Amino acid sequence: MTPPSIIHLDSVSKTYQTGEFQVHAVRNVSLDIHAGEFVAIMGASGSGKSTMMNMLGCLDRPTSGKFLLDGIDASKLSRNKLAEIRNHKIGFVFQGFNLLARTSALENVELPMLYSRPAIPSSEQHERARKALDMVGLAQRADHHPNQLSGGQQQRVAIARALALTPALLLADEPTGNLDSRTSIEVMGVFQKLNDQGITIVMVTHELDIANYTKRVIVMRDGRVITDTPVANRLSAPEEIEKLEQEQKAIQLTS
Amino acid sequence: MRIFAIGKVAVRALQKNLLRTSLTMLGIIIGVGAVIAMVSIGNGAKSQIEAQIANLGQNNIMVMSGNVRRGGVGMGFGSSGTLTKEDLTSIEKEVIGLVAISPEVRSGAQVAAGNQNLQTSILGVSAEYTEIRSWPIEIGSSFSPQDVKAGNKVAIIGKTTAKQLFGEEDPVGQIIRIKNAPFVVVGQLGGKGMSMMGSDQDDVVMVPWTSAMTRLTGATTFRSLTVQATSGDALTDVQNQISELLRQRHKLQPGQDDDFMVRTQTEISDAATSTSKTMTLLLGAIASVSLLVGGIGIMNIMLVSVTERTREIGIRMAVGAKGSDIMWQFLVEAVFLSVTGGIIGIALGVGISMLLSSKMNWPTLTSSTSIGVAFAFSAAVGIFFGFYPARKAAQLDPIDALRYE
Repeated sequence: MTPPSIIHLDSVSKTYQTGEFQVHAVRNVSLDIHAGEFVAIMGASGSGKSTMMNMLGCLDRPTSGKFLLDGIDASKLSRNKLAEIRNHKIGFVFQGFNLLARTSALENVELPMLYSRPAIPSSEQHERARKALDMVGLAQRADHHPNQLSGGQQQRVAIARALALTPALLLADEPTGNLDSRTSIEVMGVFQKLNDQGITIVMVTHELDIANYTKRVIVMRDGRVITDTPVANRLSAPEEIEKLEQEQKAIQLTS
Repeated sequence: MRIFAIGKVAVRALQKNLLRTSLTMLGIIIGVGAVIAMVSIGNGAKSQIEAQIANLGQNNIMVMSGNVRRGGVGMGFGSSGTLTKEDLTSIEKEVIGLVAISPEVRSGAQVAAGNQNLQTSILGVSAEYTEIRSWPIEIGSSFSPQDVKAGNKVAIIGKTTAKQLFGEEDPVGQIIRIKNAPFVVVGQLGGKGMSMMGSDQDDVVMVPWTSAMTRLTGATTFRSLTVQATSGDALTDVQNQISELLRQRHKLQPGQDDDFMVRTQTEISDAATSTSKTMTLLLGAIASVSLLVGGIGIMNIMLVSVTERTREIGIRMAVGAKGSDIMWQFLVEAVFLSVTGGIIGIALGVGISMLLSSKMNWPTLTSSTSIGVAFAFSAAVGIFFGFYPARKAAQLDPIDALRYE
């Protein structure tokens, strides 16, 4: 028996009107992503992957077609309803981290809970935020401000924020785009660990080696899905880090 | 989002830019402070005028003699004496609801006592005049109705006059010379202070009107009479009776203008306070302009703040903030600015008016109404000028806001 669909796209299209031209950003895409999957959406710039991401993240509505998120038809909802869905169904991780400056890591993680209805008492907010920080291994940095954290740590705070309200779907938009290769692998390690715990993750990236940490790769071009394949030689983040460290040791020994 | 959480976020955001926050607030502080100070100056003036009018006596009616036209030019009321002694006695006898009546024969004269002398105003009145004006006699007593009938040379003197002529000495029983006629001082009046026009009311000598007319002015008619009615309710009735009676006595045809004027104290006080009301309004209006400018300052800063924090708005929206959440956040910030500014402004305004009254002796009156209105107005300014920027923030598209650099 297949697990339930978290994302169900039925011939979804998105068209923008720029001046006299119509831009077909996404054309007639049909797709299913099930609970527990770890999917990478790849493509060159202009392939429609960002538009796809915005639609999956309920930041944007498709021009035509049907989009079911965790069983809810999100293609015709109002702005306010979309905000509610973003709040408790989706966790976002961005390329630029998008943390609030001059606000502690803990408070950044609490941010989505400020907007949840029914309201969550502040003691519970603290508790849940601490738990989420613990999951990404940053419990002891809760009082640090973003400018006191490294890029990888900031991204992990952002992941904790995305997890705070236990969403059905974790959406990551180029999560390793601003990070060096070792930190990128660390962040992918966090994602793999979360995925092992049953969290569904969809990630947009243009780096093939990063996509190889996922379980399924969807490649887009000109607004269409051109390939949709499972990852054959899946990389494991802890192993890769191990390899990196050994290589470094070897360099130190030879020099 | 709960109101407490919104408030916390708003205060945080304002704290981050303390200098900007305080400068923006300063606009409202000055505006509210100016309104409070100006209105209390205006109200102070008004209440002073009211007190002075109450000082004139209670339930009084003024009868002034005619508006005489000379060659088509109105000479104004009191320019000519159309009120006769017979008018006086017939009003006294025939008008119902009247307690006392007194003419006012005014004249300026040199008064001397011993080796002191001064120029003062002489007031020829009846024996009841001090009662009509609720003007207490401090030492001695008023002259009697017999003194008035006989035209005796007796006088009551004002406090200032007494001090100038006799120093600390008891003036009762002393002789003063008015235009060289010797008058016996029978009483000294209590202090009444400045009049509305700023002259010293205590610089006065009161003598029986009969004596004043025969010995001092030589006039045969009165320029004005002061009447006291039994109660405030009787004022209009007494006023009408006097008008009727005088028209009859002066043989005026229907349609012909009065050659006298009858005014109740309420009418006089209304006229005087309406002037000060206009002044209060004008001062308040001018001060409100600065409050308006302060409000525009808030709007300006909020617009800048929305633009600066576009990315923050995008993040908040991405994690589930609705348009209304964002709108509340910015609206609360604007209202917090204006209300805090308003409270400080009220303190400033009250402080200024207290300073003015203590250091410069200006009468000021800060009413709780004006404080309440200023507070409500500052909150309204925050809502009004905060609404547009807040709505602008709420209507941002989350995708664009997230991409904003």
